[in-house]
Amino acid sequence: MAEVNLWSGLRQFTDGELVVKVKAETVGNMLDELISIYPNLEPVIEAGVSVAVDGELVAGADHTPIKPESEIFLLQQFKGG
Amino acid sequence: MAKDELINKFKYIGTRPNRPDGLDKVTGRAKYGADFNAPNMLHAAVLRSPHAHARIVKIDTSKAEALSGVKAFVTRADFPTGLKGEDFYLQENTIAGDRALYDGHAVAAIAATSALAAKDAIKLIEVEYEILPHVTDVDEAMQSDAPVIREGAQDHSVPEGLPPNIVSYMDFGHGDLEAGFSEADLVMENTYKTEAAHQGYIEPHACVGQLGQDGKGDMWICTQGQWFIRKMCAAVLGLEASQLRVTPSEIGGGFGGKTTIFSEALSLALSRKAGGQPVKLVMTRSEVLRATGPTASASMDVKIGMKKNGQMTAASAVFRMQGGAFPGMAPTGMALECAFANYHLPAVHHIGYDVLSNRPKSAAYRAPGSPMAAFAVESLVDEMCRELNLDPIDVRLLNGSKEGTKSSFGPTFRKIGLIETLEAAKSHPNLNVELGPNQGRGIASGFWMNHGGETSISMALGEDGTVTLSIGTPDIGGSRASMALMVAETLGIPYEDVRVNVVETGSLGVNEPTHGSRATFAIGKAAVEACNEAIKEMCQRAANKWGIDQEAVDWFDGAAHPAGPNAGDFPPMTIKEIGRRMGRTGGPISGHHATTFGGAGESFGTHVVDLEVDPETGRATILRYLVVQDAGRAIHPSYVEGQFQGGAAQGIGWALNEEYIYGQDGRLQNAGFLDYRVPVASDLPMIDTVIVEVPSDSHPFGVRGVGETGIAPPLPAIANAIADATGKRLRHLPISPPKVLKAIKEDS
Repeated sequence: MAEVNLWSGLRQFTDGELVVKVKAETVGNMLDELISIYPNLEPVIEAGVSVAVDGELVAGADHTPIKPESEIFLLQQFKGG
Repeated sequence: MAKDELINKFKYIGTRPNRPDGLDKVTGRAKYGADFNAPNMLHAAVLRSPHAHARIVKIDTSKAEALSGVKAFVTRADFPTGLKGEDFYLQENTIAGDRALYDGHAVAAIAATSALAAKDAIKLIEVEYEILPHVTDVDEAMQSDAPVIREGAQDHSVPEGLPPNIVSYMDFGHGDLEAGFSEADLVMENTYKTEAAHQGYIEPHACVGQLGQDGKGDMWICTQGQWFIRKMCAAVLGLEASQLRVTPSEIGGGFGGKTTIFSEALSLALSRKAGGQPVKLVMTRSEVLRATGPTASASMDVKIGMKKNGQMTAASAVFRMQGGAFPGMAPTGMALECAFANYHLPAVHHIGYDVLSNRPKSAAYRAPGSPMAAFAVESLVDEMCRELNLDPIDVRLLNGSKEGTKSSFGPTFRKIGLIETLEAAKSHPNLNVELGPNQGRGIASGFWMNHGGETSISMALGEDGTVTLSIGTPDIGGSRASMALMVAETLGIPYEDVRVNVVETGSLGVNEPTHGSRATFAIGKAAVEACNEAIKEMCQRAANKWGIDQEAVDWFDGAAHPAGPNAGDFPPMTIKEIGRRMGRTGGPISGHHATTFGGAGESFGTHVVDLEVDPETGRATILRYLVVQDAGRAIHPSYVEGQFQGGAAQGIGWALNEEYIYGQDGRLQNAGFLDYRVPVASDLPMIDTVIVEVPSDSHPFGVRGVGETGIAPPLPAIANAIADATGKRLRHLPISPPKVLKAIKEDS
């Protein structure tokens, strides 16, 4: 199970949890799992989030593999200039 | 082979050949957006609201339509209804619905046989407005009694009870903030403000749109991203994306401002109404400033705790940013993520508000959000260094993020180069120059996370062994040269044997724009992958000829070689030989790569500025300016240095002069380059650069994007230098001569 770190503002959708354990092999699976556990996260995730896996920002790359020991953070959506 | 050994073997990477587009650009042959013309082409003009906020009661186009030469007009009634989310906001910004939301908001557009006729016709359109209360300042817009820009626009994140113009809320951090501040010997807190600044590209927005009644269309346009233009125009007009082909021109600057649409869909809508005649739409400079995205303005509270030795114990920030009358446009989240990225902080907390106001729809601007955040945080760090009598570089070295640091926004940093930039800055000769009267020195660092993104690319071998690379990202800063160098290095062929073409949307899969400092990283990485695919095929052709397995063939120096004595004794088969024979040895040889890249290596930079303040006028003159930045690996060092210098020049303008000035009536007062003052060559010295190379493990050559970081440090570096020169701390940009003079005179 990988631990996903959420930003504080998402606590309102996760019964106060800031770290959620999910079983997933890719970033896409992980996001789907989060929605399945906490359906109220769906609009947030659908609106767009960035994900950092082991220090790498993988905005949009849902195929990125994750391991059970991966460090995962959900971040505000990133857009460049 | 170890990576460093490989780096020493580079033949082309790190050299400085002439750019492939250079001759076209210096001889005037290069075609920019407004250079495109088509037979039977019409010209568009746009009527824009003179009011910051008004209900559109009635639009009467009868007199305009009667004018000779007028072929078509459009209002919002000519666009499909029922769009949602960002598609709706793009449409609403393209042309107003029942309300004009800012000074310059398009209300109607006309196409005529000449530009003059179109402009004359626009003057004949009669619009009845009901003027509504407006608000343009971010702090005022957050008040509970402020005019409401949109009812019901708040997203899921906004806590109950906040005023309606606050449409998004952010809240993140880690550690025990209270304990961190209690450990500090000095806690300081201040408020900082930055004004909206425009990207200031020299080339105004320009396009030619052609759309038939059958829904098939073409657009020729100056843009950072032809696929974004296609997607957005198709959404706004209700078209099928693949039926619209978008061809990019050369681009005279974008800096984020050409990653989206503003008026472009109007040319297609007019063309459709004019029976499919192409329609050219070229914005004036005034239209560019009034109606295309500047960046957000910001109001920011920052608090930092520091021990006497400079160690930082805790930090917090509350950022309020307005991005115009459209939700989601203020870069508040990214500003917060960048704010404290330079520092290892045991406790840090961020709060952000995305706020609506009666201003144009903001667009990305070079490292969106990072310059404002850097101004607030790096100014306060400097104030605390002065209070504690500490060297500002030493304090940054003491607290600086490095590999393994838990970043302020959460993830653990991989290999990064902030410390290396600080050390390089500290040892630079500019820091040994003794300063004179009224002179000051300012130091600041900056951060940008960089981006990979959706990428599709193709390379093809020619019959003579030369190579064509087709890419989907317009070349803004010399990226065609960088791509050609990476292809030349990978294939082992001369740089001159590679031609790189930026192609239209029908030629490749979807590409994100040239944004997020992604082009050299992502397109370069894809180019290497595409070349490797072609190399595999070229090795196969040689293996077939030699009657050996493909695995027994190596590729280097532009030729296939037997992998060793056991593979056989064959002379190398060059790429030219393979190209010449490819038609009869299996057909055309090409390579392709398409993916969404993650993992771009982060970029840090440190700037040092020396300036002199004229005590009589308040004018600050830049004496010398140093940019030190981690490029990972400089593919073409001249263009890396150009990015460093360009970022610094724009940041200097933002710090000293540039601002959107609104009158009491909510109208933009300085919609022209005479009054909106960007720095010109005579304002700046030659900007010194030092390229630090801490290679990123995410790229085959170690590349980190370099385009954006350079605009963040100038804002605080200049504020810090002015404080050093005058003893006055100015916390509201721009630090223009009248503000400096006022601060100086306050003492006397």
